[in-house]
Order: sequence, then structure tokens, then C-alpha cells
Amino acid sequence: MIDRFPVFVTAAGLLCPAVLAFHADDPAGLAGVLAAGHVVPALAALVFAATGAASLAGATRAGALVGAFGSLLALALVIIAGFLPALATAIGLAAGEIARPLGPGAAVMAGALVALFAGSIARFGAFRNDRFVSVSVITIGALVVLFVFWPVVRMLSEAFYGESDVAARVFIDRLLQGDIWSLACLWSTARCGVAPNTVILGILAAFFSTSLALGLALIAVRTNVRFPRAFDALAILPIITPPFVIGLALIVLFGRTGIITTAMWDLFGIPRSRWLYGLPGVLLAQVLSQVPLSFLILVGALKALSPTLEEAAQTLRATRTRILMTVTLPLLLPAIANTYLLAFVESLADFGNPLVLGGNFEVLSTKIFFAVVGAQHEPGRAAVLAMVLLAFTLAAFVLQMRLLGKTSFVTVSGKGDSGVPTELPKGLPAGLWGIIVPWIALTVAVYTIVLIGGFVKDIGRFDMTPTLDHLRTGFLVEWTDNGLFWAGSAWDSFWTTVLVSAAAAPLTTIIGLLTAYVLARQHFRGRRSLEFLTMLSFAIPGTVIGVAYILAFNVPPVEITGTGFILIACFVFRNMPVGVRAGIAALSQIDPSLDEASATLRASTGRTLVAVVLPLMKPAIVATLVFSFVHAMTAVSAIIFLVTARYNMATAYIVGRVEAGEYSLAIAYCAFMIVFMIAAIATIRLVVGEARLGRRGSGEIVSGGN
Amino acid sequence: MGPASLDFVNVIKRYGAVTAVDNVSFRCEAGSLTTLLGPSGCGKTTTLRMIAGLELASEGQILIDGRDVTHLSAAERDVTMVFQSYALFPHMNVLENVMYGPRSSGIGKEQSAEMAREKLGLLGLAGFDTRLPSELSGGQQQRVAVARALVLEPSILLFDEPLSNLDARLRRKVREDIRALQKDLGLTVVYVTHDQEEALAVSDEVIVMSNARIAQKASPRELWEAPANLFVADFIGDANVVDGTITALDGDVATLELDGARASAPARGLVKGPVKVAIRPDALKVMRDTGDGSSGIAGTIGTASYLGKYMEYEIRTALGDLFVTAPADAGECGVGDDVRLTPKGHGIAVIPE
Repeated sequence: MIDRFPVFVTAAGLLCPAVLAFHADDPAGLAGVLAAGHVVPALAALVFAATGAASLAGATRAGALVGAFGSLLALALVIIAGFLPALATAIGLAAGEIARPLGPGAAVMAGALVALFAGSIARFGAFRNDRFVSVSVITIGALVVLFVFWPVVRMLSEAFYGESDVAARVFIDRLLQGDIWSLACLWSTARCGVAPNTVILGILAAFFSTSLALGLALIAVRTNVRFPRAFDALAILPIITPPFVIGLALIVLFGRTGIITTAMWDLFGIPRSRWLYGLPGVLLAQVLSQVPLSFLILVGALKALSPTLEEAAQTLRATRTRILMTVTLPLLLPAIANTYLLAFVESLADFGNPLVLGGNFEVLSTKIFFAVVGAQHEPGRAAVLAMVLLAFTLAAFVLQMRLLGKTSFVTVSGKGDSGVPTELPKGLPAGLWGIIVPWIALTVAVYTIVLIGGFVKDIGRFDMTPTLDHLRTGFLVEWTDNGLFWAGSAWDSFWTTVLVSAAAAPLTTIIGLLTAYVLARQHFRGRRSLEFLTMLSFAIPGTVIGVAYILAFNVPPVEITGTGFILIACFVFRNMPVGVRAGIAALSQIDPSLDEASATLRASTGRTLVAVVLPLMKPAIVATLVFSFVHAMTAVSAIIFLVTARYNMATAYIVGRVEAGEYSLAIAYCAFMIVFMIAAIATIRLVVGEARLGRRGSGEIVSGGN
Repeated sequence: MGPASLDFVNVIKRYGAVTAVDNVSFRCEAGSLTTLLGPSGCGKTTTLRMIAGLELASEGQILIDGRDVTHLSAAERDVTMVFQSYALFPHMNVLENVMYGPRSSGIGKEQSAEMAREKLGLLGLAGFDTRLPSELSGGQQQRVAVARALVLEPSILLFDEPLSNLDARLRRKVREDIRALQKDLGLTVVYVTHDQEEALAVSDEVIVMSNARIAQKASPRELWEAPANLFVADFIGDANVVDGTITALDGDVATLELDGARASAPARGLVKGPVKVAIRPDALKVMRDTGDGSSGIAGTIGTASYLGKYMEYEIRTALGDLFVTAPADAGECGVGDDVRLTPKGHGIAVIPE
């Protein structure tokens, strides 16, 4: 029987380059570069032709042998030609193919080589002879190395490049600059360096958000208060809120001419000040945006606690306070620590709020931004700052992973754990309410500002005359003779954002869930490395990724800066770990013997995935689609480095409006996006469907059988 | 394709430093039912999964009908399996579940449905086509799982602890159904269980596994009457293993001396001298010691439990504590009574090792 896979890969690897441009700066296809005497494509074409012919002739093993060694050699040459020009010249590659920006033709050819290599080695026992797994793992691995690992490595190496020399001294000099590490603010009025600033902000933000969330969670789970169903919306709020919206609303409330500031002046004679701009404002904004997420994590942990443990403590004569202090809180400790570290990392990675509210208070993420786009333009310095930030987040990330590994004592045995949790100590709920009510009021005020701010004349000066002017400036649609005319100034960035997000979401879902499947269900060498690489991109702050991308993809062979593709790639590989986590969580609920049953019934791994696993993973699919779409729409930190005039994104546009002082338009845009995203989420749920295991398709098959 | 024989030749399965199956060789004849029996962790399930191709052997060869399948994946082998959890696809109805195998093999929809209906009929599940697995009872779910495994008419059919999710009353019936189906269709079946009664009841041959190796492969009767080693004697039928002496040999029959009591058992090629002896719990008669110097093993009742059908005693003797069952008639003994134990003439075997 003819093995169809190599034939298919061969066809793709030869036909696509034949019609698509091989190099990004030259429309010539495969024929053109072969005529120019390029060695690498010639070798690749030879490998494809030989493998395809062997497969067609039925010589499966011979074809696989040629495919494995040939594609490996060709790929090595691709890497040498692209990344190691000196070596490439030395081994005699044509000058025209060294360090050239690769085009779509070359991309397809390289992809086909990877697939051919993976498929061929599976014939010789790799990945337990499973070609589907082999191709999936190696393709994912290659993509993650190219789009996560390589940019970070490239950025790190940039830190060592000076004006004239390359040396460790350059790196040390940059690293030890006073404005990075100075602790002067602790004992004098001088300012601290960015690194201490960032860490202090992170510690405070994590402390306040975790404490507030814990209080809220105790009230929600352990008192008779029934929060309305609308509280579930909390889950969605943080992700559909563009990151700097809260900062904007705070300016409107507490800025020098803010609503509350003005009221305080009018009523109590409290002078106007700029207290908001700096640590307090950034901290307030970060805590506001972090609390909902922390609340959800802690509620989950609190609900998972077995009430029988508290009942046992009660029978042992412990008072309510004693139970809270000696049983409940210690058992919650891993979840609390996890929440704390998560908030810490979020604060470190936050870019929007420090940009809007930071004033003279500088943190690493904004400092990196200004080092790249500011007047001085020092990519080397940005790289050093990015390394510092990366070191902090990785440290927190590693700590978090360790903690999560030790949470096992919280797990419940599953049987007979009914019981009534102990009530909170007297007085505690009242105290908690005292803090929480003002907090909720503030949150409501912030979101009210966001919702109405765009529809009144000037919310910044409390001119509440209703108007549609701002919406019209941004989103006017005119009906002309030539059809619709998107006259509003925001439409360009809006449609780019929607298109890029819509392109990134399904890709993220596919690659994320496929990775989850191979990680959770397949055993192969290098599984831990793949897991580490995917999780690595989760730990890298967006600003760092942004810098890494412009440094790595501004030069051949993968020169994609300024294209829409770099935005899509950035979103796919930043959000992929969320898909991986959702997928692994969903798979842990699916009995592995279902996969095995499918395998014993002659289904290939690919068919098992499509027919059995995916239908059962619908909730994870929906969650990943929604998350990656929405996150792509609201992301700002990474893409602010990558946008161009042609591919401007909504968030970058809004940041521009804020910098120009056009708060009303910025707020109107945010409100428009929030509404749009809610509609988009509803649509995704409608199209992909809910997770119910209905009687789908049964009638059709019965009639088909008769 | 019809039923096929199965051969394991020096098969080893390692997980890192752990050896789950250690140099195992056996043969299952075509059309026979072979049980893999043993305590948890003995390697029986790993062995079954290697037959299915869900695990690949680290070393050695696996042959189905003489053909080497060692390196074939599960999808490439002509073997199907009934899983312990049944593993019915929850998002497919009964018919779709059973059709899954033929559809995966590239058979058309209508023909697949026809094949599925035939097997569902055979299992008494006609008319259940559009039910979801969640709408069936445990026993029905299991029959769907069997139908699904049978529909491809595999060379070898595997059962992984098929009775463990059924309630006690249903187990006997289902186990008889499986045996009847196997005989009617002439299937080659390999069956994993940790329940020795179940193994003895259904099997042509039983492979007892212990610590990743085969302890004994024999027919159920041979396993009971002539355990090959201490492990098998202990695992099958809770035998008491004691020290005894062969005092005389008469052809194939050995005369045993057991602390003053005499018994006879097949010699199994052993010579005179000390020997390990397996005594089944029901092989000794328990009588109150009247102090008249009668023969038998002297002992004292340690514990006595009334179980309705019979009494269970823990009896302290010079041979060690013996576990003995006796009819729960009027002559039952109480804790602390002195008793004499006399061999009844069956249920005593010498152990070669």
C-alpha cells in the first residue's frame, strides 16, 4: 500500500514554493532560486522528490530513510544559511541565499521539511511509531523554539552588544547603572531605582489584592449572604477590561480635576493634589484589576476545603476563631500564596497602568518601553532591563510552581465529605464588610465611569451633558454612493484588532489544545522540555516579549517586523499556555481508557483526537477561544512595540489618545470594545456550543443505517 | 479472521528503573480462555495492555497466530478490549459506540450499522440503539462494551477486570454469560482479574502472576490441587503453609507426618525428608480434645467466628496458627477450647519449592 503522508508532504513542499515567493524581498519562486544556483532549496527539492518517488513506488522504509536524513541535512543548512552567515560562506553556500529574509514559499518548504523529518523518524520507532504524535510534537517544538525561545535568547545576547565592542563589561556596566538599583528612597527623598520600585509595587499590590480577595471570599462562601448571580460576571470582567481602563477611570475620579477631588475641595476644602500620579495611583489601579481574579481562585479553594475538618475541630472544643486560625487558614495557605505570587507577577508585567498613572514613578516595564521608543533609543539597555524583569518574574514563577506541587494536602478524598462549615468568628463579618463595601462602591464607580464616560461631553471636567460626539469621532459610519464608509478615526485600528485577534484565536486554540493532548496523554522523550518551553512564554512579561520580538524579527531570515503576521505570532505564543492549561485540566477529567478503547478499535491517534477527545473537550475549546480572542483584543504591553501605522491596534490607539489628553474618546473606545467583546463571547458560545452531551446526530445515523 | 493463538516470548516491560513484567513467556491456544490472576501490582494488567498494544514491550516478542506484532500499535493489531470502566464514549449513543470500530477501519456507514446491530442483537441489546451510555444500567453498559469489542471479530478479545464495577449478585451471571459467549463463538480470550474464584470459574487456563513474573500456569483444578509454589498455595484458596516430613513413599503417593498427624498426598517427585505442605482451610476436621490421647494435631482455639454457612477458626498449634473452616453444627468450639485436628483426606498438597 502506498504511504500517503510523504507524498502529501512532498506535494506541499514542492508546489507551494513553486507559486509563492521564496524570499520576502524577491517575488521569484522555487524555479527562480534554483536558477540562481541556491544550494539549500535545491537540496530540499531533491529530498522531497526522492521521498515522494520512493513512497509512490511502495518502498516505504527507503523513503523514510531518505526523508529522515535528507530533511535533517536540509534543515541544518536552512539554519546555517539563515543564522550563521560566516559558516554558510565557509561551506560554500551561494551569496544570494545567505541571511536573506525568507518568504512564504521558503516558510512552507521549511515546514514541510520539519513534517517530513518527524513523519520519517516515526517509521523507525520514535514516538512509539506514532506519526501523528511525532509530527505534532516536533512541529510544536520547532514553532515554540522559533517564536519563544529564540527571541528571548536573541534579546539576552543584545544585552552584551555595545556601541563598538561586545563584552561582558558592557553588560555589567548597563546592569549596575544607579537608576536601576538605587534604594535611596528608603532613607531620603531621592528616588529609588526602577528595580526596587517594581518590586515594592509588586509586593504591595499582591498584599492588598490578596487580602481584599480573601475577605471577599470568606464573606461569599462562609456567610449567609447570597451574592447575586451577576457576581459570576466577575470572572469575565478582568479579561474584557483593557488594562489601562481602570487607570483612566481613576484619573477621572481622583485626578487634579477629578470628580471626587473637586467634590472634596468644594465640600471640605481639601486642596487638589497630584497624589494619584505615582505609586498610590498605580497600586490602586493594579489592586482594582487584580481582586476579581484572586477572589475567584480563593473562592474555589475555600469551597474545596472539606467541612468535616472544621467539624472535627469543633468536636475537639475549638472556638470559631481558633478554627479559622488553626484549620481553615493554614489549609488555605497554598492557595493564598499562589494568589499572592500571581498578583505579584501580574503587577510586574503590568504596563498600561504605570504608563497612564506612573508620573515620575518608573517601573521596569515602562522604562523598557521608553528605552526602545524614547528619544535615546537604546535597545541594549532595554534588553538589560528586560533581563532584570524576566529574572524577577521567573523567580516568582518557579516559586509558584514549587508551591503548587505541594498543595496536595488540600485535596479532598471525594467520599462522605458532606458537612456544615463552621461560621466565621463573631465580629469578623462586620469588620470585613466595613472594608469591602467601600471597595465595591469604588469598583462600581470605576466601571460606571467607563460605561458613561464616552457618552457625556467631558467627564474629566464633570460636564455631564449627554452627547454622542466622542462615539461619532471614533466610530462614525457613513452611507455613501460607494457603500459604507468607515469615517470614524478609530475604525482602522479596530478592524485590524478584530482581524488579528480573530486570526490568532483559532490558531492559539489548535496549538494550545494539541500541545495539551501530547503533554497529558503521550509519553515521549523531551516531554518535560516541551512543557517547560510552553510554560516559559507564560512567565515572560509582555514588555519583554515585545522587545525580544523586535530584536529577533527585525533581521533576516525571519524578518516579519511591521507585518500583521508578527502580531498574530505574538498573540498565539503568548496565549498558548492558557490553552495548554485549559486543555490539560479538561483532559484530566476524561478517562484515558476512552483514548485506549478508540485505539484498540483501529482508530489512529488523529482520529481518536477528532472523534473522541475533542467533542469531550468543548468547554476547554470555548474557554481558550474566548480567552485568546479577548486577550488579543485587550493586550497592550507586547504589541505596543510591534504596531505600525499600517497595523495599528486598538489598545495602542487608545494609549495614543490618552497621551494626547483625549480621555473621553479613549473611554468611549474602551466601552465600545467591552460591548463588542461581550457580543463576541456570546457568538463563540453559540457557534461552538455548550458542553452538554446531548443526543446530537443520533437520529441521522439511525435513518442512515436503515 | 477467526480466533488466533497468542505467544509471549521472554517479554520484559520496564518503566525507568521499575520492571513491571520480567521475562514472561507463555502461550494461549486459539479458542481458549486464559486468565491472568494476581494481586495488584503483579504485572497482569501491564501484560494485558501489551497484548492490546497499549504498551509496547521493552524486550522480547509477542506473536499473534505466529505473526510478530511486538512493534505494532494498538490500532494495527487485530485485538480488542473490554475496559474495566467500559470506556464507552459518553458523547455517542449505543449504536455509534458499536459502529466506531468498523467506521475507523474504513467500512461504510450502512454496513457498519448493520454489523453493529448484529452484535447488539447477540448481546440482547436490540432496540437500545439511540440510548446514551449514561442512560443504561451498569450491566447494559458492559454488554455494549462487549458488543463494541466483538464487532470487529478480533483474533483476540481482552477483558480487564470486567466484573469489578458490577454489584455482587450480577457478577455470577455476567461471568457465565462471558464464558458461554466465548465458547459459542470460539473466541480466544485473555481475562484479567484479582478474584481467584472468578478465575477458577471461567478459565481454561490460569496464569498466576507475582512480582512481575509468572508463578504458575495451569488449569484451575491443577492450580488448586497442585500449587507450584508457596505463593500460589497461599494466593489460591488461603492455604496454610506448614513444615512437614515425608516419611514414606509408595509409588506416586507420599505419606506425610504433620506434628503427630498422618496424611497422604501426591508425591510430585519429592523424596523423603522435610517438606513444605499446603493445607486448605477445609482439609482438617476439628474435634474437642477429650484428653484420651487420640491422634491428630493438638491445638487451642484462638478466635472463632460464626459465618452462617460455616465456622472460621484461628487455631494455635505447634505448626503455627492455622486458619480452619468447619461446619457450623452443634459441635462447634469456643475460644480457649483444646482441639485435635485430623486430616480429612483431601486438600493437602506438598509444595515442590
